[in-house]
Amino acid sequence: MSTPRTSHAIRFPHRHLLGIKDLSATDIDQLLDLADSYVELNRQVEKKQNLLRGRTQINLFFESSTRTQSSFELAGKRLGADVLNMAVATSALKKGETLIDTAMTLNALRPDLLVVRHPDSGAVELLSQKVDCAVINAGDGSNEHPTQALLDALTIRRRRGSLMGLLVAICGDILHSRVARSNIYLLNRMGARVRVVAPPTLLPAYIERLGVEVFHDMRAGLQDVDIVMMLRLQQERMHGAFVPSLREYFHFHGLDYEKLSRAKPDALIMHPGPMNRGVEIDSEVADDIDRSVIREQVEMGVAVRLAVLDLLSRNLPANAPAAGAK
Amino acid sequence: MSAAAAGKTIPGAHLTHLTHLTAYVNARMIDPASGYDGPGELLTQGGLIVDAGEKIFADGIPEDCEIIDCDGKVLCPGLIDMKVFTGEPGAEHKETLESASLAAAAGGITTIVTMPNSDPVIDDISLVEFLKRRARFGALVNVHPMAAATQGLKGEGMSEIGLMRQAGAVAFTDGVQAVANAVLMRRLLSYASRFDALIVQHIEEPSLAAGGCMNEGEIATRLGLPGIPDAAETIMLERDLRLVELTRARYHADQLSCAASVEIIREAKRQGLPVSCGVSAAHLALNENDVGNYRTFFKLSPPLRREEDRLALVAGIADGVIDVIVSGHNPQDQESKRLPFAQAATGGIGLETLLSVALGCFLDGNIALPKLLACMTINPARLLGLPGGKLSKGQPADLVLFDPGKSWVVDGNKLRSKSKNSPFEDRHLQGVVLRTVVAGEAVFIRQED
Repeated sequence: MSTPRTSHAIRFPHRHLLGIKDLSATDIDQLLDLADSYVELNRQVEKKQNLLRGRTQINLFFESSTRTQSSFELAGKRLGADVLNMAVATSALKKGETLIDTAMTLNALRPDLLVVRHPDSGAVELLSQKVDCAVINAGDGSNEHPTQALLDALTIRRRRGSLMGLLVAICGDILHSRVARSNIYLLNRMGARVRVVAPPTLLPAYIERLGVEVFHDMRAGLQDVDIVMMLRLQQERMHGAFVPSLREYFHFHGLDYEKLSRAKPDALIMHPGPMNRGVEIDSEVADDIDRSVIREQVEMGVAVRLAVLDLLSRNLPANAPAAGAK
Repeated sequence: MSAAAAGKTIPGAHLTHLTHLTAYVNARMIDPASGYDGPGELLTQGGLIVDAGEKIFADGIPEDCEIIDCDGKVLCPGLIDMKVFTGEPGAEHKETLESASLAAAAGGITTIVTMPNSDPVIDDISLVEFLKRRARFGALVNVHPMAAATQGLKGEGMSEIGLMRQAGAVAFTDGVQAVANAVLMRRLLSYASRFDALIVQHIEEPSLAAGGCMNEGEIATRLGLPGIPDAAETIMLERDLRLVELTRARYHADQLSCAASVEIIREAKRQGLPVSCGVSAAHLALNENDVGNYRTFFKLSPPLRREEDRLALVAGIADGVIDVIVSGHNPQDQESKRLPFAQAATGGIGLETLLSVALGCFLDGNIALPKLLACMTINPARLLGLPGGKLSKGQPADLVLFDPGKSWVVDGNKLRSKSKNSPFEDRHLQGVVLRTVVAGEAVFIRQED
């Protein structure tokens, strides 16, 4: 298969990808189907496409990132776009230029696709109101990280065929996690059942209203689940502020074989990375080739971002009339 | 003593002689102090009310008297707004006393009480005097400063309460933040009572509110924003009330935001503690849902809370637990509001919309008009020891004439405040101010549309 573009007309009625909140089940299915076809492209020797030839993609990261940024960069380049990475230290931002000024400046560079990560919830949406190009949220504060949820979904779907009816436990720092929120929205929309497992200090108020079952005990929370999603615990939250210590956290909430034994025998282990080995996940479990799909997630990340760039570019002004005809 | 509009060219204010007589006839007169709501007539001479009653002109209107036909509209004391931030001194680009007073006049407000959170902080006699002097020459309405309760608003040492009280500070507060230290708060209450000075507290436990930018709840969780729980407010309020019990000093809780606080104040009043409290018009009309998708004009302090809290606040006005309605007018420019929600400044403007928003509660049928107006006239006047707020002989001729039956749409760009951050932008509001009078002179007259 040389071209992954599906032959039937795809309707993706969104100019930006700001969050899973805005997507329907159909939107998500289409994205995942397209991403699935891109997995093959990624495995070929010749990976280059012309789809985004002449297009400019700017990766604007107000917060450092290794895998998300490189994954977007690779995806853009594989589709033939000119990709520019801009790392903006937030400290410099505080000194003068506001987010809106930055947006206006970038807009004048006439990009077609803008990939943005920002430490504040809602910042990417605010920025999207001020620019003419398509904006992709690569993570905003504790709000959303839609491409992460999509790549998680793609990973699960390729292993299990469908998300429908699966029991998924999301474990760890739910309070500060945009990955958790995007995954909760996506999994619920696609018919999976979601549990969150965390100490009460790492759960936001009224989290159950997002349609999840709440567990504080990891063993109970992992009982019979199909998927175990671990979240990263930030360094600054480990020592007394939200949990007393690393060793206490690992003792009660770290994923080891003993706790994992409660899950279904073939349960998959996922982690958005970067991992804190020995904090939220035991090293051996993380590397278990039969259970852990953590490296596969990274591969799916590129495929999902290829699909997102592809779909949004079809709605760009110059392409708009041709999109339906394809 | 009143900072009248001397020397200003205001349409209709062409006569400024001290003995100038004005007769207001054919009014629906509401005097919240006595509870009177009925047909009425009122006579002012110079800056004072000479007479008011149902039929004071039975023997005819005096000669050389300007006659204002009120056409059955409501004539009541000018409003007193006891929580106003201006940008003066330090942020005049956001608001000056003059621009704030224009907005106040258009909103039927004849007295504003300014908050000490300026740059520099109002924590010194010379600064209190500076504000009063600036107001005398620049403001259309009466301006009374609240001064800092602690030096530099640092929450460490008492400010010169006695001296600043003499210089004209009407109350003492740290404004946007609470006096968190319990010992200091106890001593402030205790010391201030010797001058009969009111201590006003922003009821929010700082450690619980730290980093929070909206009500803690489902919406904050969905938006990924750190929340502020009710408990941040109730803990500070309960603590302060225990200190009031100890000191028996007068205490005013600046702004309630949740149902639990209304119950706490109700119980404290039942016990006979010398406490009072306020609420902002915005909190009577809006709730956390208005934040929507990170709309920073709805980022207020205290935060907008749940609908059941809003209803409890409205009920608190109706049954008299809440004493005062304020605008909480807090001008912020675009640069302070067009930011990610967590970084955006808190506060909304509200002088021009105060009366109309508060009237919304009346139109819902919850509250009698005199009772509602008392929260913006006689009640703050009594708490702060200010003249005005009632329609009786010898009182300042500070009046507002408004049409409660007419509605208008808030056009952000037409608001008179220098900053346009109104949470009521584009909303339909009820009640239109027709004329505002300060010390006998019209400082605002609505032009026909």
